[in-house]
Amino acid sequence: MNRKARGDSIAAVQRAALAPYTVWAVVFIVVPLFFIAYYAFTDDSFRFTTANIVRFFTTTSEVVTEKGIPREVRTYLLIFARSLKLAVISTILCLLLGYPFAYLISRAGARAQKTMITLVMVPMWMNFLIRTYAWMTLLQDTGLINSFLGMLHLPALHMIGTEGAVVVGMVYDYLPYMILPIYSVMAKMDEKLIEAAHDLGCSSSGVLRRVVVPLSMPGVVSGITMVLVPSISTFYISQKLGNGKFYLIGDAIESQYTANNLHFAAAIAFIFMIVLLAAMALMRKLTGRRVYEGGM
Amino acid sequence: MRTSMFSRLWTVIIFIYLFAPIAILIVFSFNAAKSLSVFSAPSLKWYRELFRDDVTLASLKNTLLLAVSASIVSTVMGTAAAVGINKLRRRWLAAALDTVTNIPMVNPDIITGISLMLMFVFVGRLFGLATSLSFWTMLLAHITFCLPYVILQVLPKLRQMDPALPEAAMDLGCTPLRAFFKAELPEIMPGVITGMIMAFTLSLDDFVISYFTQGNGFQTLPIRIYNMTKKTVTPKMYALATIIFFVILTLLLITNLIGDEDGAKRRRSKKRV
Repeated sequence: MNRKARGDSIAAVQRAALAPYTVWAVVFIVVPLFFIAYYAFTDDSFRFTTANIVRFFTTTSEVVTEKGIPREVRTYLLIFARSLKLAVISTILCLLLGYPFAYLISRAGARAQKTMITLVMVPMWMNFLIRTYAWMTLLQDTGLINSFLGMLHLPALHMIGTEGAVVVGMVYDYLPYMILPIYSVMAKMDEKLIEAAHDLGCSSSGVLRRVVVPLSMPGVVSGITMVLVPSISTFYISQKLGNGKFYLIGDAIESQYTANNLHFAAAIAFIFMIVLLAAMALMRKLTGRRVYEGGM
Repeated sequence: MRTSMFSRLWTVIIFIYLFAPIAILIVFSFNAAKSLSVFSAPSLKWYRELFRDDVTLASLKNTLLLAVSASIVSTVMGTAAAVGINKLRRRWLAAALDTVTNIPMVNPDIITGISLMLMFVFVGRLFGLATSLSFWTMLLAHITFCLPYVILQVLPKLRQMDPALPEAAMDLGCTPLRAFFKAELPEIMPGVITGMIMAFTLSLDDFVISYFTQGNGFQTLPIRIYNMTKKTVTPKMYALATIIFFVILTLLLITNLIGDEDGAKRRRSKKRV
């Protein structure tokens, strides 16, 4: 056997090793996504219908505004907008808290870096249900924060069930997912680039703006996705801290699932998926990067 | 000086934020009373109740069974897939596989969970089953979301490897399969092991996808926690959280120590060369 033929025979065997995964990926990744579309556009007896999609856009309900005036709203569009708003606020807060922190860790000594990263990972490894639950016990009307305020003779705060409580939970749950990718990009950054910028007369803020921030962008992009995607689709955080049954898009899907309205649950999931795909394509275009690149 | 003061303060604030809620759970897990705001007397009452709770203990066993099965299957299939992807010549096929592999990582868990559930329910109906969801559907789901992470860990190791290595093994009389096990696998082993650990922890930790694909009374620990926190507050949950916290802390510290030793060994061997 000559050299080329032998190389080819190895390659052929190795390509054959790909077959089980290819079948698996088609059956369990691609086909299920088509099932979302199939259920979304059919009724209970699997006849074609657009009723589920129409229902998403047209269902209305009455909400009472802060001034006490009842107002007709499009239920699911409002839920969608609220999910987006809370997830964006949480992501921005995570970035504001996490970015400087990732930078501080990356500038520390080797041993300190390792310890701090391990400490950041400990809460991340705990199940998010437990982490969210911890905040529920803190924020309750009779919770620890309020009894602490009471000890100081301060008026109690009503926190549980507000949008603020949901944001606190999201930031707490997903902050490590922002810190880690940014840190991993910053840790690989060449120290000499920063020194060179200083030598060439850059001020400290100039170094940050012109060297550190641009170089850390891949980490920032993957950090933003890793916080935004789970917080926009959560249902446990809003159930526990938001006290609402129909609060976020995740709750809407989950409650339709629990009520066994699979076709409408699929319709909500379908619209949600289309919006997310569009957002990711846009982000890729704007940053010229694949989401999740330069991650952990 | 000013910056170092600021950075120390920032570090302390972030760590307090990250650990205070967990610390409070731990403290109140030792509370004799049910209250979460008043600590009456230290007691191990909730731990005793936890260990008497058969449902929770069974769910722990289920979680481990599921995580071990899912991580073994996804590691074997994912490693084989990475070897194949590495050798693909057709560009479009490589690009298509890459896109598909990214889907479970980019998609929100709720979409992955719902999509698999709909398929399982549909196929179950075809066979006339009332409930098609069980341990097996959960296992299929877990393997599916673990696979991309295994591939992502193994692929870079294959790309770093000298492609002449398996050829050399065959020159020495190995069959292609033997060449893989003798020459290639030891080279990519660190990636395979990292991938397997990732798959194991992802499976252990998953709630959302399990929630939608669960059935037939098969409960994992995260689902049990969800059911426990659904109704009233039970401090049994705090005892459970405390145990989980210390297990994770110990595991992370051990891996860190092993990592340190490895690094030191590598530094020493480098010096010798």
